[in-house]
Amino acid sequence: MLSIKDLHASVEDKQILKGLNLEIKPGEVHAIMGPNGSGKSTTGHVLSGREGYNVDSGSIVFNGKDLLEMDTEERAREGLFLAFQYPVEIPGVSNMEFMKAAVDAVREHRGEEPLDSVSFMKKARERCKAVNLPIDFLKRGVNEGFSGGEKKRNEIMQMMLLEPKLCILDETDSGLDIDALQVVADGVNALRDSGRSFIVVTHYQRLLNYIEPDYVHVLSDGRIIKSGDKSLALELEEKGYGWLVTADEEGVA
Amino acid sequence: MAEFVKQAAQLTALGPLTWLSEFCSEAQQQWLGATLPNRKVENWKYTNIRALEQGDYLNLATKAGDAAVSTESDCQKTVAICDIAGLDSVRMVFVNGELCERLSEGFDRLPAGVQLVNFAKTNSAQQDLIKRHLGSALDTTKHPFTALNASQLVDGVFLHVGKNTVCETPIQIVHLQATTDQAITIQQRLLVVLEPNSQATVVEHFPDSANVKAFTNGVTELLLAENAQLNHYRLNLEGDQTFHLGGVHARLAAGANLNSFYLALGSVLKRNDVVVYHAGSGAHCDINGLYLPRGNEQVDYHTCIEHAVPHCTSDESFRGIIADSAKAIFNGRIHIHRQAQKTLAQMSNKNLLTSNKAEIDTKPELEIYADDVQCAHGATIAQLDDTAMHYLRTRGVSAAEASVILSFGFINELVNDVKHEAIARYLRPFLAKSFVKDETLTRHIL
Ligand SMILES: Nc1ncnc2c1ncn2[C@@H]1O[C@H](COP(=O)(O)OP(=O)(O)OP(=O)(O)O)[C@@H](O)[C@H]1O
Ligand SMILES: [Mg+2]
Repeated sequence: MLSIKDLHASVEDKQILKGLNLEIKPGEVHAIMGPNGSGKSTTGHVLSGREGYNVDSGSIVFNGKDLLEMDTEERAREGLFLAFQYPVEIPGVSNMEFMKAAVDAVREHRGEEPLDSVSFMKKARERCKAVNLPIDFLKRGVNEGFSGGEKKRNEIMQMMLLEPKLCILDETDSGLDIDALQVVADGVNALRDSGRSFIVVTHYQRLLNYIEPDYVHVLSDGRIIKSGDKSLALELEEKGYGWLVTADEEGVA
Repeated sequence: MAEFVKQAAQLTALGPLTWLSEFCSEAQQQWLGATLPNRKVENWKYTNIRALEQGDYLNLATKAGDAAVSTESDCQKTVAICDIAGLDSVRMVFVNGELCERLSEGFDRLPAGVQLVNFAKTNSAQQDLIKRHLGSALDTTKHPFTALNASQLVDGVFLHVGKNTVCETPIQIVHLQATTDQAITIQQRLLVVLEPNSQATVVEHFPDSANVKAFTNGVTELLLAENAQLNHYRLNLEGDQTFHLGGVHARLAAGANLNSFYLALGSVLKRNDVVVYHAGSGAHCDINGLYLPRGNEQVDYHTCIEHAVPHCTSDESFRGIIADSAKAIFNGRIHIHRQAQKTLAQMSNKNLLTSNKAEIDTKPELEIYADDVQCAHGATIAQLDDTAMHYLRTRGVSAAEASVILSFGFINELVNDVKHEAIARYLRPFLAKSFVKDETLTRHIL
C-alpha cells in the first residue's frame, strides 16, 4: 500500500524528516507516537503534498505509483486521505458543497457516475449521523465555528464519504470527549477492511484500546527509532519517551 | 468639464413636474455654478469621470416607459429580467427613466398606511410631503451630481410608510434600459419616508437589460423617523457599457435601524456615494456591500457614516474581487462628532485580487472628535488562503475548482447575511459568473 524509504524532508530549510522508513500493507493499522515536534504532522503533510514541505531525498510509493510525482488532488483521488490535526475553517463555503465537490472529483477519477444530489444528500446525512453531528452541520460553513471535537468528527465524516484506501489520522483523538472518541473509533473500525490501511498519529494509548493497531512506531527527531506491536504503546504510557531517545542517541554514537 | 455642465443643464426643459419647479430651478442654479470634481479633489482622486464628457451620453431616450416595451415578447422578456423568484414583491418598473405601467404590479398588496407612487402621479397631499422632504437628507454642494439630478427630474418614486405601519411585502423598483440608437442619460430618484415605528423593505434593482450605453445619475434618500426599520438593497447589475453615478443619503432618527446591502458588477464606471447620518440617539445601521469588476471595469464605493449624536452604532463590511485589469475603489469614512459619545462604529473592507494587473484603492478615513467611543476598522488586500486551498485539494478538488470555491466563499459570506433569502438565491449565479469563465467550475457552488 505505502512504502516510504529513507525520506528526508525539510521546511524552510529546516530538516525535519531525517531518514524515515515505513512499510504499510493493505488492511494494516499503524500507530505513530512520539514527542512534540518530532515530525509526525510533517509526515502527513509531506504525504499530502503540501507546498513548502520539500522532499530532499528518499522515495514514497503508493499502490505501486510514485507518490511524489502526483499533485495533492491526484493523491487524494488515488485514495490518500489526511485527517488534519488542525482542520481548516472555510467560511462562506458550506460543508455540503465542499463534500459534494470532493466526492464528485474522486468518483470521476475512479470512473464512477457522479451521484445525483438526492443520493448524495442521503449519504451525507447518514454519515453525519454516524459521527453524531447534527444534520444542520452540513449547511454550515466548512468547520466554521465548529468546536475542536466537532472539527475532528467532521474530518471522519469526510473520510467516510470519500472511502479512501489509506487514511492518515493526525491526532484525531485529541480534544475529543469520551463519547466522541468512541464515535471516531467506531467510524474508523467500520471502515477497516482488508483493502484499507490506516496511519493513526496519537499521543494517547487510550485511543489504541478502541482502534487496535497492528504496529506501533515511535518517531523521534525525524526517524522511527522503535517499532513494536500494541504492547509498545502501553510501555510508552508507563515510561515515557526518555529511555528510547537516550538509547537511540547512544546507539547512533 | 464646464462645457459638460452647460450641455447637461440643457438636456431637459426645466419643470415637467410643475409643482416641483422651485426645487428644480434652484438645483439648476446650483448645477450651473458647480465645479465638477476632478482628480485633484480628494474624494474623486481615483475616479475618472472624463469618460462621461467624452462618452456623448447627453441625449434623452426616444422611447421610454410603456412605449419602450410595446410588443408582447418585449414584455415577457422584460418581466423575466425583473423577476426575483420567491421575493413576492410589489414592483415598479422604469424603462429608460420612465414608469412602465404595464409591467408594474402588485400595488393592491400594500397594506393601508403605505403610499407608493411615482412623482408624476402624485396627489397634492403627496406633493406636499415630497416638497417637505425631498433633498433634506443630502448636501448638494458636496455631491454636485445630485443637483444635476434634481434639475432634470421628469419623474421619481415616492414611498411613504405611515406611523406604526409594517409593510411586509418588499417593494422592488426596477430600472431598465431598452435599446436606443444613441447613448442616453437617465435621472433616477427615490424618496423613502418612514414614519415612527414603521417598517419596510426596498429593493433598488438595476438589472442587466439591453446592453445600452447609458449614464444613470441616481439619487436615493432614505428618511427614517424614530424607531423605523428599513431593509434596503441597491443592486447594480447593469452591463459593461453603463456609467452609473449613484448617491444614497440616509438620515436616521432615534432608535431607527437601517440594514443596507450594495452590490456592483463592473462596468465603464459605477460609483455610489453612500451617506448615513445618525441624527438620533440609539440609531443603528448595517451596511454590507460587494463589488466584482473585471476586464477594464471600474467600481467605486464612497461611504460616509456620520455619527452626530451619542449612543449610535454602525457596522460596515465591504468586500470585492477584482479581476483582470479592473479597478476598484473603496473609501470608508467614519465621522464621529464631538457630542457623539458612546458611539460604536465598525468598518471592514476586504479585497481579493485575482490578477497582478488588478487594482484596488482602499482607504479608511476616520475623523473622531469624541473621546469615549469605540471605532474599529480594517482593510485587507489578499490572495487566496494557501491553507484552505491545500485543504480542498487534499479532498480531491482540483486547484482550479478550489480557487473558484474559495473566491466564491469569500463573497458568499456577505451574501449569506442578506436578510431576504430570495435575493441571496437570485444574486449567487451573477456573482459566480462575474469571476468564473468556465461553468464546470461553478457546478458545486450553485
Ligand atoms: N512551516 C514551518 N516552519 C518552520 N518549522 C516548522 C514548520 N512546520 C513544522 N515545523 C517544525 O518542524 C518540527 C516538526 O513539526 P511537526 O508538526 O511535524 O511535529 P509533530 O510531531 O506533529 O508534533 P506535535 O506532537 O506537537 O503535533 C517542529 O519543530 C516544528 O516547529
Ligand atoms: Mg502534529
